[in-house]
Amino acid sequence: MGFRDVLSPFTAWKHVIDTPVTIKNPIGREAAERYRGFHQNDVDKCIGCGSCEDICQNAAIDMVAFAEPKPGDSGLRPNIDYGRCCWCALCVDVCMTGSLTMSNEYTWVDSDPDAFRFTPGVDAKPWDDIEKGYQRAGERMLTGLARPEMVEMAPEARADNFDEIVAGYSREQAVLEADRCVECGLCVATCPAHMDIPDYIAAIREGDYDLGTQILYETNPFSEVCGRVCTHKCETVCAAAHEGEPIAIRWLKRHIIDNVSEERRLEIVGTPQVASSGRKVAVIGAGPAGLTTAYDLARSGHKVVVYEAKDQPGGMTRYGIPEYRLPYDALDRDINVIKAQGVEIKTGVRIGNDIALDKLKAENDAVVLAIGLHLGRSTRVPGSDGAGVEAAIDLLARVTAGEAVPVPEKVAVIGGGNVAMDIARTMGRLQMQKYGKVGVTVTALEDFDHFLADKEEVKESFEEQIEILDGRGPQEVVRFKSGKQKGMVKGLKTWKVVSIFDRDGRFAPQYDEGDEVVHEAEMVIEAIGQMADVSLLGAELTEALEWNRGRIAVDAEGRTSEAWLWAGGDAVRGPDVIHAVADGHRIAASVNVALMAGKEAGA
Amino acid sequence: MFSFNPDRSQYPDVGPDGKLEVDLETGKYLKLWHGPNHPGITGNMSVEITVDGDEVVEGKTHVGYLHRGFEKLMERRTFIQVFPIVCRVCVPEPDFNEYCYAAAVEELAGIEVPEQAQWIRTLILEMGRFNSYMMAMGGIAGALGSGVIGQWMTYVRDLMLDRFEEMTGARIYHMFILPGGVRAGLPEGFAGRMEEVLRTAEKYLADVDKVLFTNAVFKKRTKGVGYIDPALFEPYGVTGPNARAGGVAKDLRKDAPYLVYDQLDFEVVTETASDIWARAMVRRRDIDVSISLIRQILAKMPTEGPVMTALPNVLHWKIPRGETYIKGESSRGEYGYYLVTDGSGYPRRVNVRGPSYTHAMALLEHLIPGTNISDIAALMVSLHTYPPEIER
Repeated sequence: MGFRDVLSPFTAWKHVIDTPVTIKNPIGREAAERYRGFHQNDVDKCIGCGSCEDICQNAAIDMVAFAEPKPGDSGLRPNIDYGRCCWCALCVDVCMTGSLTMSNEYTWVDSDPDAFRFTPGVDAKPWDDIEKGYQRAGERMLTGLARPEMVEMAPEARADNFDEIVAGYSREQAVLEADRCVECGLCVATCPAHMDIPDYIAAIREGDYDLGTQILYETNPFSEVCGRVCTHKCETVCAAAHEGEPIAIRWLKRHIIDNVSEERRLEIVGTPQVASSGRKVAVIGAGPAGLTTAYDLARSGHKVVVYEAKDQPGGMTRYGIPEYRLPYDALDRDINVIKAQGVEIKTGVRIGNDIALDKLKAENDAVVLAIGLHLGRSTRVPGSDGAGVEAAIDLLARVTAGEAVPVPEKVAVIGGGNVAMDIARTMGRLQMQKYGKVGVTVTALEDFDHFLADKEEVKESFEEQIEILDGRGPQEVVRFKSGKQKGMVKGLKTWKVVSIFDRDGRFAPQYDEGDEVVHEAEMVIEAIGQMADVSLLGAELTEALEWNRGRIAVDAEGRTSEAWLWAGGDAVRGPDVIHAVADGHRIAASVNVALMAGKEAGA
Repeated sequence: MFSFNPDRSQYPDVGPDGKLEVDLETGKYLKLWHGPNHPGITGNMSVEITVDGDEVVEGKTHVGYLHRGFEKLMERRTFIQVFPIVCRVCVPEPDFNEYCYAAAVEELAGIEVPEQAQWIRTLILEMGRFNSYMMAMGGIAGALGSGVIGQWMTYVRDLMLDRFEEMTGARIYHMFILPGGVRAGLPEGFAGRMEEVLRTAEKYLADVDKVLFTNAVFKKRTKGVGYIDPALFEPYGVTGPNARAGGVAKDLRKDAPYLVYDQLDFEVVTETASDIWARAMVRRRDIDVSISLIRQILAKMPTEGPVMTALPNVLHWKIPRGETYIKGESSRGEYGYYLVTDGSGYPRRVNVRGPSYTHAMALLEHLIPGTNISDIAALMVSLHTYPPEIER
């Protein structure tokens, strides 16, 4: 230690003329660009899935009602309690839509403690429009974005046969996919049958397929069918769809049911555990609506007989959907479980022809009409009457029934919906078997952006060499005017579509007549919609019933204007399996109440 | 040596001759509470000391003023929900908690961390170490009456907090090292602004060398005071600068390199005297190491590529059964997280190994007898302990 040690400390005095370092004023100082300050929420983008609420470890977020929800959102928005928030921004990281962000504002003074609990984006705040602040750097990293790729048969391998295209998920794939679900339940609200989707997805994660099957059967006795061909409305509202792909809910449902044998399924579902009510119900039509009604009513202890005009039960799922999408044995397994409930299905019995409707009415306590849409609509363009013009729905049914159908080398299909795709691909397969090449042209009114058929149907059709032309309206079925082939179909004349609807939204297609094409074809297939065959009702009942735009009018429970008659399914709601199932449940509940009420009254 | 008698009515102990060792009745001894609210004490703990005049004959350390039950809270949080909690275990140097927890989760869940994220993590840890040492420098000077150094160090630390703020989005609890990586890359122009901070720091540190380390009073009061026998290092679990000041070149950055330390060039700083001076000097020299490391990292690190690995859905993230211990060299010594998982969505047990636990309790209690009451504060601060990590 020396003299230096005594003097050196005095060098501190040189700072005496410096500006004091302690006067940095924190108030009004702008925080960094990434600063995690008060939240902002784009409430129009937000779907109220509640993932932010789930991840918040302080329970600072509470989902509260929102005045202007959009279709498919929960109607809730995050309300944040800044007395609890720790500014970790996990809510921002997990946000499924990217609507929740943070501003870089961190000072706010208010004497009311409750003012620090508010709904960002709804309760206007000074920082709502600040662009700086924390937001996710890129896509969300805390929940998966992409679904595992489904193994499908290659187009070449499937082009000439009706084997099922989709292989179904493996256990590993299914667990990966099930893992992505954030359990928001938007799908449950959207599913017509309100299936407990997050719960059965959780069962897949747990590997508990028995539980999964039980959950499926609580809301849907056609899980194997829906696992393959459901229109999956649920996936359109899935929270995961906002930055990635929606959860493959349909394939996960199929995965559960594929992993449970038919025997085990029967054990899990069991048989009715209630005493027989002594009531009898006749169901007309063994499609999803009719059979779901029958399933529910049988499990409630009623005697149910289902009358089916065709040789096999299944309705449109069997006779409308090609086997490569829904194998018949898959459908049979679903139906077998329904039969095991004591439901009697009388096939090949056409009500109105073989048995009069009046007789059914007299012999049963209730009658349910679930007759589907088995008549094809016609375009009624010139030349559409006569040989060589077929209805898609009719052809599909004949293929299913194993009947010989004409398979020309060139076919034109009118329509852009799923049925058009079904018949195009079915004809394509038959052509492949017969000629070794495909010659199908599909002409649709809609352009590809507004196509009615599922995207995957269109994609797969293209893969199978089907020619699809969008924005073309049918004008005439051109026939040979002379020669050996006189009167036979020569082709389909179409014009380019300019617009489909008028200003009031009514169907009134406008065409560019200059853009005319004649698509060469020996057969034209119309796939522009179906209608119900209501001839079984008879004139008197047809007159007595109330109607709604050509369909039997029903109330919310499926009751017609006749007390003994309920109606549902495609014939009432339009074509869709899961809507039919939902209808079946509704009707069964209504019938059950009616029957049991009578019983209690001593009737 | 390790006796613990919670019944204070039996205190002080009875000596071998059957008489009380320290008989307060005689008036010769006085009992004093040093802390928990005392400017010379590091945070919320206290030392109950018995003095005989100026000489301290005995000291009992008391903790528990800050217990928040974090380890228990973690058992009730999902793996992602633990992330915002861990940094709060140690306020002045929170990043080690984030790193250790993230690394433990990554190991048990089998998650790879991108290269760039490893570099950014290392950068954050060195920035945190720098800040922690700034507090230690200011603390040791303040404990001996030189308040101005505390102000300088606080200023420099504040500049570094600005860098933390622009990189992580927060000043104190950064919550930046997520399992899987880090939240973002470096902001534009970060290295330049960091260099400014480091230059300012070096200017002030040069002043510290003149004012504190070339200072008769400081030397007089720290050299030979608070000596820790290196033989105690093993039994007392002494690590970090406290051990390095006793000539033991223990540094996990060298001994068990983690993150990218094996790609960085630095020497382990040691002193030999094992007194307060030596411990302060080790820290002073280690700041230079940190500054050098920060510069090396910014010069060498990759700036392209991902900084985060996509995680499985964290809302129901289950981690297979397992256990691991992740450790790192914090500014106080070995910092570690012991994580036990049982295959569920929640940690079965999280144990935080903070170096302050051994340094501030058993070791301090051992060092106190025989010191002068005016040196107690400096002795405590020289051990550089943070009570929050004692009480998880």
